[in-house]
Amino acid sequence: MSNWRRHTSLILPVVVVAALVLWPAVTGKAANRESAFTILKAVALASSLNILLGYTGYVSFGHIVFYGFGGYVGFYLLSAQSWSLWPAMAAGGLAAGLLAFLLGKAILRLRGAYFALATIGINEALKAFINNFELFGGPTGMTLNFRVYQAYGGAAKALEMSFILVAALTLVAIVVSHVVRTSKFGLGLQAIRENEDAAEIMGVAAPNAKTWAYVLSAIVPGMVGALFFFKNGNIEPHDAFPLHASIELLVMVMLGGQGTVLGPILGAFAYQGMRGYLVTSDFFKDIQLSVSGVLLLLIVLFIPAGAIGLLRRRITPLRGVLA
Amino acid sequence: MQQLSLLLTSLPDGILLGFVYGLAAMGLTLIWGVMNVINLSHGPIIALGMFGTFFLFIRLGLNPYFGLFVIALLGLLLGILIYAAAVHRVINAPHLSSLLATFSVNMIIIGLGTAIFTTSPYNVDFNMGSFQIGSVTLLGTRLIAALVAILYTGALYLFLYKTRPGKYIRAVANNRAAAELMGIPSTRILALSFGLGTMLAAVSGALIATFFPFNILSGGSYELKSFVIGVLGGLGNPIGALLGGLILGILEGIIPAFMETSWVPAIEFALFVAILLVRPTGLFGAKR
Repeated sequence: MSNWRRHTSLILPVVVVAALVLWPAVTGKAANRESAFTILKAVALASSLNILLGYTGYVSFGHIVFYGFGGYVGFYLLSAQSWSLWPAMAAGGLAAGLLAFLLGKAILRLRGAYFALATIGINEALKAFINNFELFGGPTGMTLNFRVYQAYGGAAKALEMSFILVAALTLVAIVVSHVVRTSKFGLGLQAIRENEDAAEIMGVAAPNAKTWAYVLSAIVPGMVGALFFFKNGNIEPHDAFPLHASIELLVMVMLGGQGTVLGPILGAFAYQGMRGYLVTSDFFKDIQLSVSGVLLLLIVLFIPAGAIGLLRRRITPLRGVLA
Repeated sequence: MQQLSLLLTSLPDGILLGFVYGLAAMGLTLIWGVMNVINLSHGPIIALGMFGTFFLFIRLGLNPYFGLFVIALLGLLLGILIYAAAVHRVINAPHLSSLLATFSVNMIIIGLGTAIFTTSPYNVDFNMGSFQIGSVTLLGTRLIAALVAILYTGALYLFLYKTRPGKYIRAVANNRAAAELMGIPSTRILALSFGLGTMLAAVSGALIATFFPFNILSGGSYELKSFVIGVLGGLGNPIGALLGGLILGILEGIIPAFMETSWVPAIEFALFVAILLVRPTGLFGAKR
């Protein structure tokens, strides 16, 4: 019974994802499936980032680098080596994890703003490198031959399968986030967040723990990247490493509440929903970015703990369910 | 031999540009040094400086170099406004808060700028002739821009070391609590520092606009360059920023002679990460 209790906080996130998966099926519109895909992708990326940002307290301004790198590796294997989607996705995740491991060994020594700056630098360096890397198509990127989709029963079937896969990856990201939060490993990470020096004195092997947190937060984005660019059919440096997307992820995590499992999910949902509304509304479509900016500023200034953080603090009984 | 002649044309250009990069980076590094805030609205403010030159020169017919004073004043006021609205409340909060607060200012400016100016390129057609030294040709606008950048650096140095508000700024940067105990109005000094930082960004943008076409998003690449320069020269060190800018300019002058120009950003950012790892206080040592 007590074992079951620990996982009550997983109910709401799973319900949210299930609702997102069922929404296009119930309404029967293909456009809804695209929206749901975008939201699920955002949920998966934001939940992954939360492991590093929310639990460990390290601000990565270039987390999209893992999405782009995983996407490039997966895409290369799909198009040039004619691998099928499954191993290519796995390779994308593995490549992103490996990159995170190597980077983690180097840059996780930096703290605070220096770490944030280094992550920006790495994103830009890798983008500039791939721009010059002929094997990956250089500045024009790579395009997938349409025939590739035939192996999955045509383009329509492939799209449907991508949707199911992104939902599965999102679930994986959420479960990983939950498991990390409730584990002893996660407790160590949260100790690092509160005070790294004190945590080390209490016996947390901080360098190792940080590196593994970084790796864990990179694998799912790498796989999502491979999947997204498979669905997209082409990949370019500009699309794979957009710096502003990294910052949008930060906004999502902040909006919902960093360091909680549900927070990034709600944040991603709310942010993508709001953006969808603003971009299509007549009045806001031109100044969509400014409106998002004002909202972000208000959140940062007045509710830095995010929606979930605020609810947990104000309404104590909710603490069991919202975590 | 061909490389040498290429070098002779690109290196002087790179050096002159380097001074302007240095000026932009100085704005970023001043704010970092005084209040430990990385100003992510730096790029859009550089872009606003560019549009400042455009409107003062094209619409009002004001000489771009006279317009610099107007732009400097507006930049100072804008910075004080941004400080009051976005930065003051999060100045003691964790880094994420100030990073996101200044980034939200970035989004607001870019959003409004895109709606007003669109993202199509603007161009200030301004010609100051060119100077011939041996086989090297220097464009007048770039030479003047470099001189203005050096002048501003000198003025900033005098301000920080010889005037009372400047000394207050250094005191607050050194130890805010102690400065407050000595009766220094720290909030006003922080606002002034932020204003000076954005002023330098706006002025550098105004100078860049005299020789490159631009749009509202152009500031972004100079913001990234400013990060690189800031780390090269040591974040929080204004003179280091000028030297860092010079190094970056020289790199941009040398690299195209030996490999494709598109490799420049790859090398710049790799250098940036490497320096962060080896000497996060910068090549010339920061004051902290």
